[in-house]
Amino acid sequence: MSAPILQVRGLTKRYGARIGCAEVGFDLWPGEVMGVVGESGSGKSTLLACLSGHLAPDAGSVVWRRRDGAPVETLALPERDRRALMRSDWAFVHQNPRDGLRMGVTAGGNIGERLMARGARHYGAIRAAAADWLARVEIDPGRIDEAPRAFSGGMQQRLQIARALVTAPRLVFMDEPTGGLDVSVQARLLDLLRGLVRDLGLSAIVVTHDLAVVRLLAQRLMVMKDGRVVEAGLTDQVLDDPRHAYTQLLVSSVLQV
Amino acid sequence: MAVSVRGEPVIRVAGVGKAFTLHTQGGATIEVLRDAALEVRAGECVALTGVSGAGKSTLMRMIWGNYRAETGSIRVGGVELAGAEPRAVLAVRARTLGYVSQFLRVIPRVPALEVVAEPLRALGTDPEAARARAAALLARLNIPRPLWALSPTTFSGGEQQRVNIARGFVHPFPALLLDEPTASLDGANRDTVLALIEEARDRGAAILGIFHDAAARDRVCTRAVDVGAFAPARGVPA
Repeated sequence: MSAPILQVRGLTKRYGARIGCAEVGFDLWPGEVMGVVGESGSGKSTLLACLSGHLAPDAGSVVWRRRDGAPVETLALPERDRRALMRSDWAFVHQNPRDGLRMGVTAGGNIGERLMARGARHYGAIRAAAADWLARVEIDPGRIDEAPRAFSGGMQQRLQIARALVTAPRLVFMDEPTGGLDVSVQARLLDLLRGLVRDLGLSAIVVTHDLAVVRLLAQRLMVMKDGRVVEAGLTDQVLDDPRHAYTQLLVSSVLQV
Repeated sequence: MAVSVRGEPVIRVAGVGKAFTLHTQGGATIEVLRDAALEVRAGECVALTGVSGAGKSTLMRMIWGNYRAETGSIRVGGVELAGAEPRAVLAVRARTLGYVSQFLRVIPRVPALEVVAEPLRALGTDPEAARARAAALLARLNIPRPLWALSPTTFSGGEQQRVNIARGFVHPFPALLLDEPTASLDGANRDTVLALIEEARDRGAAILGIFHDAAARDRVCTRAVDVGAFAPARGVPA
């Protein structure tokens, strides 16, 4: 617990003359969940893509702390090592389950595949792990041989989370994990994610435009506008006592129910 | 459990000021508090008093940390919170500082029992032990057992308030902030909550509270601090 799990400095990505994200820096500590909010085009998805290695930034540094405590500059990793990281210690949860699942493969296969990519070979153990994870994300393990296209949107999202977490990653990137789901399904997913984060000691970076989601899921918050971080701090501090004009606008624009 | 740092009060506020700049309303700046100072020692229950709008809740929120202190120092259990990193504030909230706010904010489908047990679970307490402690508090606060498995979002105002109180008292925090803990409670429940406060005080908790209920305040508080003393000078129109 004595060192950040991720140290980001000066992360910058340009699309020609346009700024994707600029000069983003933060430390993420073990067990922390950080939310990133901002409107469409604020750069939050670009930031997530640069952090997770899906997009090559133009400048900056993303230092990952390995299990043995050694720091690794992920932006300088050979492609093979970066892929290995994404298969084991890192995981990505996409907004659309179709981007994170293989729709033609069974639910059990979707989970087992990630274990096999990491070297698991024992069929019985893989299937048992898949069944265990289906139960943990509240999917009836009896449906292990069904393809995800037979599942509802909320179930597909939970299956994607099971697939992501089965390798016991230490850092999870989430892009609008509750986007596109019914409100009641969202609540269930939030509760599930919160329990998993607490019980597994996960660190996570969650990009969303939903302030209610970050309030319940993230302890820390970064607010982005035009590619830059305009405000950052404790989630309840940023939402209850916003300082930047844009954050104040964002918070005051939420419809009350 | 006590975290009294040799001679230092558990809660210590010094030279704290607060102003809000409202960018969405023409950039108007409203100064609420200036040079606020108070101390709460172990075993004390201090009432924050003052007229409505004097800044009682603002001061309490600055100690909790969801409002930022512009100037000054706020120390809880020997840890400086003004300007602290999020993880430092979170660590103090997990172990040292409890807060019973006026509103219960929870994920809709989580059962009341889990909501109350959560502060203990976050500290790594065994789930069964945490639930047992939560159940004992819910029973004492007169929440009917059939409701424990339900989300408190469906509860009445008084029931929600009691769930909030149970959550605040489930871990023996060395410091407690109470914002109108008896506001929407009837006789017997009000009495139970006041007894909980007295027990926490007598075990050595440092408690800071806002009580509009004067009889409740007189019963549990050992002294009062008038927030009006921290009002900015109003000589010049803002």
